[in-house]
Amino acid sequence: MTFPFPVDASLSLIEPLLIVCGVGILLLLLDLVLPHGQKHLTAWVALGGLGWALIRTLAQWGLSERGYAGMVSLDNLSTLFNVVFLCSTAIVVLLSMAFLKREEVEHAEYHALLLFATSGMMMLASGLDLITLFLGIEVLSISLYILAGYRRNSDASNEAAMKYFLLGAFASGILLYGIALVYGATGTTSLHRIGEAIAGVGAPVPEGLIYAGMSLILVGLAFKVAAVPFHMWTPDVYQGAPTPITAFLSAGPKAAAFAAFLRVFFIAFGPAQAEWDMVLGVIAVLTMTVGNIAAIAQTNVKRMLAYSSIAHSGYVLIGLVSGGLVGGTGAVFYLMAYVAMNLGAFGIVVLLESKADRGEELKDYAGIGFKYPLIGALLSLFMLSLSGIPPTVGFVGKLYLFGTAVQTGHVWLAVFGVLNSAISVFYYLRLLVLMYMRESQETLPAIRIPLAMAVVLTVAAVGTLWPGLFPNTWFHAAQESVRSIFS
Amino acid sequence: MSLQLLWLVPILPLLGALLNGLGAGRLPRKVVSAIGVGSVGAALVIALGCFATLLGMPGEERFFAQTLFSWIDSGDLSVAVRLGLDPLSAVMMLVVTGVGFLIHVYSTGYMNHEKDYGRYFSYLNLFTFCMLMLVLADNFLVMFFGWEGVGLCSYLLIGFWYTKPSAAEAGKKAFIVNRIGDWGFLIGIFLLFVTFGSLDFGRVFTEAPSILPLGGGMATAIALFLFVGATGKSAQIPLYTWLPDAMEGPTPVSALIHAATMVTAGVYMIARCHVLYALAPTALLVVAVVGAATAVYAATIGLVQKDIKRVLAYSTVSQLGYMFLAMGVSAFAAGIFHLMTHAFFKALLFLGAGSVIHALSGEQDMDRMGGLKKHLPRTHATMLIATLAIAGIFPFAGFFSKDEILWKAFSNGGPILWAAGVIGAFLTAFYMFRLYFMTFHGSERLTPEAKGHLHESPNSMTIPLMLLAVLSLIGGLIQVPLLQGGQRLDAFLEPVFADLARVGGAAAHGAAAAAGHGAAHAAHDPGQEIALMLVSLAIALAGIYVAHRFYVKDPQAPHRLAARARGWYDLLWNKYWVDEIYDARIVQPIVRLSNRLWKDVDAAVVDGAVNGIGRKIEQGAGWLRLAQTGYVQLYALILTVGLVVVFGYLALR
Repeated sequence: MTFPFPVDASLSLIEPLLIVCGVGILLLLLDLVLPHGQKHLTAWVALGGLGWALIRTLAQWGLSERGYAGMVSLDNLSTLFNVVFLCSTAIVVLLSMAFLKREEVEHAEYHALLLFATSGMMMLASGLDLITLFLGIEVLSISLYILAGYRRNSDASNEAAMKYFLLGAFASGILLYGIALVYGATGTTSLHRIGEAIAGVGAPVPEGLIYAGMSLILVGLAFKVAAVPFHMWTPDVYQGAPTPITAFLSAGPKAAAFAAFLRVFFIAFGPAQAEWDMVLGVIAVLTMTVGNIAAIAQTNVKRMLAYSSIAHSGYVLIGLVSGGLVGGTGAVFYLMAYVAMNLGAFGIVVLLESKADRGEELKDYAGIGFKYPLIGALLSLFMLSLSGIPPTVGFVGKLYLFGTAVQTGHVWLAVFGVLNSAISVFYYLRLLVLMYMRESQETLPAIRIPLAMAVVLTVAAVGTLWPGLFPNTWFHAAQESVRSIFS
Repeated sequence: MSLQLLWLVPILPLLGALLNGLGAGRLPRKVVSAIGVGSVGAALVIALGCFATLLGMPGEERFFAQTLFSWIDSGDLSVAVRLGLDPLSAVMMLVVTGVGFLIHVYSTGYMNHEKDYGRYFSYLNLFTFCMLMLVLADNFLVMFFGWEGVGLCSYLLIGFWYTKPSAAEAGKKAFIVNRIGDWGFLIGIFLLFVTFGSLDFGRVFTEAPSILPLGGGMATAIALFLFVGATGKSAQIPLYTWLPDAMEGPTPVSALIHAATMVTAGVYMIARCHVLYALAPTALLVVAVVGAATAVYAATIGLVQKDIKRVLAYSTVSQLGYMFLAMGVSAFAAGIFHLMTHAFFKALLFLGAGSVIHALSGEQDMDRMGGLKKHLPRTHATMLIATLAIAGIFPFAGFFSKDEILWKAFSNGGPILWAAGVIGAFLTAFYMFRLYFMTFHGSERLTPEAKGHLHESPNSMTIPLMLLAVLSLIGGLIQVPLLQGGQRLDAFLEPVFADLARVGGAAAHGAAAAAGHGAAHAAHDPGQEIALMLVSLAIALAGIYVAHRFYVKDPQAPHRLAARARGWYDLLWNKYWVDEIYDARIVQPIVRLSNRLWKDVDAAVVDGAVNGIGRKIEQGAGWLRLAQTGYVQLYALILTVGLVVVFGYLALR
């Protein structure tokens, strides 16, 4: 049977995305037939769908095709990011299990929404057209708004969702307005066409309109990656959202927004790099500095990790500003590193917190290093990696990033980057000091690590340590993925 | 022994660390000691074997590299985990494994009562591994790995007695101050990579003279950034404040990490990069001046401290200053020589102090010591040897090494640097004999409980003391001045520093020329060297004499002097208030900024919104109210302002 699609619409192009969407819908249907008390089974269905999509995605490595009138691209960038999304979502499903049970909120729509968000990310990473990108952002964001407010009976969760929604909608509006202006100036929404128009192929374009559109799009995307001064929503939402969702927010969606950032600013606005170079550089420095300095004052672990996440966006932006193959590679490598170590850190937070947001304060970490040696050792590993100490992946990632900045003549960015990572040691280390050098104020209960959590922590620990020792595989994957957008 | 076994030298301590770390709390003490001491002992044996093999090779062929695995291989940047053995790294390797081994043995006695025995040895082995990686590294990145690793272990060991808040604070301070230094080191590494496209020592140092112009901006920048890293790790002005606090750690740790090995990493790094420094005479001058200033400055603080370990800590800072002074006047071999002898006698001093503290059940205040000579005969005898060595009395090890630095400071650097060195030598002799007299002579001022437990330390502690005493006594003889063929260490290190010739005569006299002491270029004049030697010997003896007057003959004299010069005394006693100044001028402003960044802008949310502003209100009303609290609008407003700024910049550029 044939489908009445345009000639270049091949379903295999977006096969993983279709699988993820399909399983999401299936989950909603399952919800109707599964009896109460059996809803946790949906997690396994979701995992199955993610695994299936992952296998299909891996088979696509090396393929390069465009379709749907040039709006969607299958290339190594989309494939690599799809792998990151699918893995991080699978990890979040695993680390949600205990949480959902503890909070007594096991519903199928939780997993369905996670899958829909993932499909939005996948669309974002493969979009070659401003419209596809916008669609991806909206699918992703709307799912996230709901997930942030998932704990309906928690005030904090509700407020986080509300704030996220209001500001997110505002940012989406800005982004859409930017898209409209760029379309008005160039007559196209295709990233490659816009690039050609700006490079001066064909009729001259009105510069003012382009710049206006570009700055609006920049702000819209900067909001999504939580760059300063468009980061204000992050601490509130991260703190208020259910912890597994906070972990989710800090991993996949951030990577997806950066994938879009890469495509838009390397392909469409690449010819105008001299114009946005400085703006993005200043934003990168602000983001790192504000993130790291504000993190010092935090007393809540989730909030501290929120500011840490802001700071890490700043590091990744250094790669974008450095530009070209080397800068892009540094950014993508760092994103992969960040996703691994950050999910690990959040895994521990989920493990240690207890019902109704207890166990999220820094002081709750006092003495746990000796009470739970394994948990202590793992959290130390993730903290050391986040602060960039060798031989972890965090160190290699920072080394690449700052190295590319120096290589491309942005020495000042490297100087700020290294200074910032020196500052960041202060608050990452504080957690270690608390864990190992303070006695606990109360007697700590014994903790049993559920199997799902053990899998999460093992994967994250391997992902933090292994590429720190042998970074070549990840590096080549990142390099090939960035190379594919230049071809 | 085949040099192919080189990789075992760092790996054995790593294995020891893993075994003891995984078995912490479960393994019996005997097994822990066997693993901890045995792994470092085996590493020492292999290191000695490799050293012997190296000696058997012709001078200029003494280099061996061993690639363990390819670490980073990414087009532009290619770095392998590679070990390199040459005479310089061989000397360091022997110091680390040799002194390290003795301190491991000593620790079995000193830490015997400790609950976390396994954890301690696990950290100590891990430190040995990192330190060996640092000195055996064949490129800057592996060196940086070791550099960070020793910092981390130092942090863990300073904070070993984590129940003591001051110990935990000291550990954190050490780590953070070191990270500030590492910032400079990393920037230096990036600049090297941009300039040379490689981080391998071989390539960088071979190509440096042809790529970097002598005295050029890039060479100076690289050398200075690397030096920032060195000031952090080796506790020089202005980043020295962490080292005295680091004395909160167990005493063997102070001996190993904060006296003999880790803190000398900065000196080693500069010696390793001597080609780069030879190309940057300005940077060399900075190194010399900072070194000389630190040598004198830290010594003055040491004059009045009462805690026996703190005196030794400031003494270490001061002696490291001497080593940097040597580096700064291009006397690289002399600096490494002093590094080595210092490792012997300073480790001995710390271990001896540890033995005293152990005997007095933890007492560290010298005001409550005195007259211990007859109670601790072995400790006393070995401490006396170390004190004579550090004071620079002939024929102890410190005499030869310090004197060589002073001579080179005079001939390459000029009289001012030499005078600073001599003043430092006087102060050193004084405060070290003050420590010796206050501890072992005079009246017994012990607390009753300390008196009750007073006992000489066990053999496991005193035998390492005696071995180190032998080394402090004869260690200087490998480098006897003025004798034909007497400078064996110079000859051994010669192939390493031979490439200085390619940088031209500027290297040897760079610092002097930059300092404007053209006259100091005097040809080697044995008469002058002997004269200077006698001067510094006389100065050291004078220091000892004054200490004797003050602390044995007339114990009231120091109090009278302190009373008469109250202001000066307070200044030194409070360590020039530098800690307070750093806190007020650097730490507090950052903390204030951090608080302001979130309090003014978003802290209200913590107190209000997220913790449930709408708790008492119905859900729907809560939402509405939220939208009106102003926070969301404020965020949107900031977002808009950001947008306007971005757009304005793009439109107006």
